[in-house]
Amino acid sequence: MMHRESIPRVVIKLVLPFILLFALYVQFHGDYGPGGGFQAGVIVAAGVILYGLIFGLSAARRVAPQRAVEIMVPLGVFIYAFVGVVGLLGGGNFLDYFVLDRDPVHGQERGIFWVEIGVLVTVSGTMTAIYYAFSGRGRA
Amino acid sequence: MAVLASSFSNVATVILMVIGLYVVIARGNMVKTLVGLGVFQTSVYLLYIGPGKILGGSAPIIAPEIATYSNPLPHVLILTAIVVGVATLALGLAIVVRINEAYGTIEEDEIIARDPDA
Amino acid sequence: MILRHLPALIVVLPLLAATLCAMLRRPHAAWLLALVVSLAIPPLALALLLQVLAEGHVSYWLGNWQPPWGIEYRVDAANGFLLLLVSLVGGAVMIYARDSVDREIAEDRRVWFYAMYLLCLTGQLGMTMTGDAFNVFVFMEIGSLSTYVLIAMGRDRRALVAAYQYLVLGTIGATFFVIGVGFLYLTTGTLNLADLAERLPQVADRRAIMVGLAFIVVGLSLKLALFPLHQWLPNAYGYAPSIATAFLAATATKVVIYLLLRFVFTVFGRTLPFEELALPTLLVALSLAAIGYASVTAIHKDNVKVMLAYSSVAQIGYITLGIAFGSETGLTGGIVHLFNHGMMKGALFLLVGAVAYRTGTVTVAGIAGLARRMPVTFAGIAVAGLSMIGVPGTVGFVSKWYLVMAALERGWWWLAVLVVGGSLFALVYMGRIVEAAYFRRAAAPAESIAEAPLSLLVPAWALVAGCVYFGLDTELTVEVARGAARTLLRLSP
Repeated sequence: MMHRESIPRVVIKLVLPFILLFALYVQFHGDYGPGGGFQAGVIVAAGVILYGLIFGLSAARRVAPQRAVEIMVPLGVFIYAFVGVVGLLGGGNFLDYFVLDRDPVHGQERGIFWVEIGVLVTVSGTMTAIYYAFSGRGRA
Repeated sequence: MAVLASSFSNVATVILMVIGLYVVIARGNMVKTLVGLGVFQTSVYLLYIGPGKILGGSAPIIAPEIATYSNPLPHVLILTAIVVGVATLALGLAIVVRINEAYGTIEEDEIIARDPDA
Repeated sequence: MILRHLPALIVVLPLLAATLCAMLRRPHAAWLLALVVSLAIPPLALALLLQVLAEGHVSYWLGNWQPPWGIEYRVDAANGFLLLLVSLVGGAVMIYARDSVDREIAEDRRVWFYAMYLLCLTGQLGMTMTGDAFNVFVFMEIGSLSTYVLIAMGRDRRALVAAYQYLVLGTIGATFFVIGVGFLYLTTGTLNLADLAERLPQVADRRAIMVGLAFIVVGLSLKLALFPLHQWLPNAYGYAPSIATAFLAATATKVVIYLLLRFVFTVFGRTLPFEELALPTLLVALSLAAIGYASVTAIHKDNVKVMLAYSSVAQIGYITLGIAFGSETGLTGGIVHLFNHGMMKGALFLLVGAVAYRTGTVTVAGIAGLARRMPVTFAGIAVAGLSMIGVPGTVGFVSKWYLVMAALERGWWWLAVLVVGGSLFALVYMGRIVEAAYFRRAAAPAESIAEAPLSLLVPAWALVAGCVYFGLDTELTVEVARGAARTLLRLSP
C-alpha cells in the first residue's frame, strides 16, 4: 500500500528544506533581482501545502497550527503599519524610512527589510490559511 | 501583419481582454466566470508591463556604465494588482464553495430557477 | 505632532485596529476596539477639515518622498467634508453594532466582522484622501474586498449569491479603472492627480486620453451603481447584515461619486469631458433612467431592504444629474445630495435594522401594524421617508431645490418637472411602508414585540434629527457643497 506513494514521500522529505531555503533567498534578494515578500511568502506556503498534500492535512496542521496561521495573517499587516508608525514617531512622516537609521540610505534599507518581513508573514499565513479552509471543508 | 510584429504585446493585451470579458459574460458556471475574470486581469498586467520595457534599456539596477534603464514602476504597480487579483480569486472561490453547500449547484441558471430573488 | 500627521492617522488607526481585532478571540472585545477607533476618527476628520478651511488644501507626503515621485494625500474643500461624513456614519453605526451583530451573525465570525468593517472604513477613508491614481485603486480594492466579505456574512443564503455577483461586477469595474489609469500613465508618465491635471493638456495623442477617460468613467460607474450598471446593488444591500447595509448605503457609493468628480473635473479639466465629448448628455439620460426605472422597481418589491436599495439607485441618479449640469448650482445640488442622502439612507437602514432586530422580518407584510408596538422606530422611518420624498423642512427638499434651480438656469424646464415628478415615486414606495406599519392590523405574534433598544435607536435618531436640522438650517451643508463645487470647477483656489 505504501509503495504507490513512497516516491513522493521520500522526495518531499528531501526537497522541503531546500524549498524553504529558497524562499528565504528570494525574500532577502528582492532588492537585487526578482523577489521580495510576496514571492517568498507564496514559496513558503507552497512548501507547507506540498507537505499537506502528501502526508495529510493533520500532519500539515502539526507543522503549521491553525491558530498560529490565523494570527500570522493580521500580524504581518500589523508589522508593516508598525514600521510606518515608527517612522512617524521618529520625526518623519508615515512610512518614512529616512529616519530609521543613522543616515537616509541605511534607513531605507532597514525600512524595506522590516516591511518585507511583514509581507512574508502575511502572505505565507494567508496562503496556508486558504489551503486549510478549502481542504478542511470536505470533512466538516 | 506589421501591426502584429511591432506591437505584439498590445495585440495580446486586447485579445486576452476580450476573451476574459467574453468568458465572464457568456459562461453560467461560477468557477468559469472567475477564471474569465482572471484572464481579463492578466491582460491588464500586459498593458502596463509591455510599454515598461524601454527599447535598449537594461534592468533597473544602477551601474556606472549603463545609460538607459527599463522603467521599474509598472512592475511595482502590477505586483500590487496581481496580489489584489489573487485575493479576489480566493474570496470568489470561497463564496462559490459556500454557494455550492447552500444550493447544491454552481450553475447560475439553476440557482435562479431555485430562488428567483437571488 | 498629531495635527501635522492627521491625514496619515485617519487611515492608519482603523488599519491597525483591524489587525488587532482579527487577532482577538472575544467578540465584545473586538466591538469595543472598533467602537473606540470609530469614535476617535470623527474629531480627527473635523480637525483636518478645519485645517483645510484655513489653509486651502493640505498635502501630506507619504514616506517623505516629494510628489509627483512619491504618494501624497491631498485634502481640499472637495473631499474634506466627505471624510467627516464617512467617519461620522462609521461612528454612529458602531454604537449600534453590538446588539445587531449578536443577533444576526454567527458567533465564530463576529470578530472577523469587526475586522472587515474596520478595513472597509480604512479603504473608504483612504480612497477619499489620496492624491495618487493607483493608490485610489489599492484603497478601492481594500474597501471592496472587505465589503464582499461583509455582505457574504448575511444570514440569508441569497446574501452569498449577491456577494458573488457584486464581486464579479466590482472587480470588472476596478479593472476598467486600472486600464484607464494605465492609459493616463502611459501618455504622461505620472500617477499623481495634480500632476496629471497639468500634463494632460500637453499630450499630443488625444485619442489615448479619451479612451482613458472612457475606461475610468465606466469603471467608476460600475462601482457607484449608475444605471444600467446597478445590478449588483439591490441584492447586495438587501441581504447583507443590517449594519453593513447601513454603513455601505451611506458611504460606499458616495466616495466613488467623489472620485468621479475628482477625475472628471480636476484631472481631465472640465473642457474635455463636457465640451468635446458628450458626457453631460449621457449622464442626464442615464440619471433620468436611473430615477425612473429604479423608483418604479422599488414600488413593487416586498422586501423593505431591497426596496430601499432600489431607492438608493434612484437617489444616485439625482446626484449624477447634478453633476451632469456641470454648473456651480448643479454641482452644489449634487454634492449636497451626496451628504443628505448619506444621512437619510443611513437613518432608514439603521431603523429597518432595528425592526429586523426585534421581529426577524423585513417584508412589507411582516411589518404590518408594528407602528403601535414600536412607535419611536416607525416615527423615525416616517420622518426619514418625508425627507426622501423631499418635503420642505427636510434635507431632501434642499437637494431637489438646487437641482431644479440648476435645470431652470439652463432653461430645461422639462427636467425640473421630471425632478419634482420623481418625488411622486418616492411618495409611493415610502407610503407603502408607512401605510403597512401604521394602518394595517398586526398579525398575532406582534403582541410580544417591544420597542427597539436604546443602543439601536439613539444613533439612528441622531441621523434622523440631522435630516430635519440640516433641512431647516441649510447654511452649513450648502456652503460646504458650494465650496467643494467651486474648488472642482476651479472657480476658487
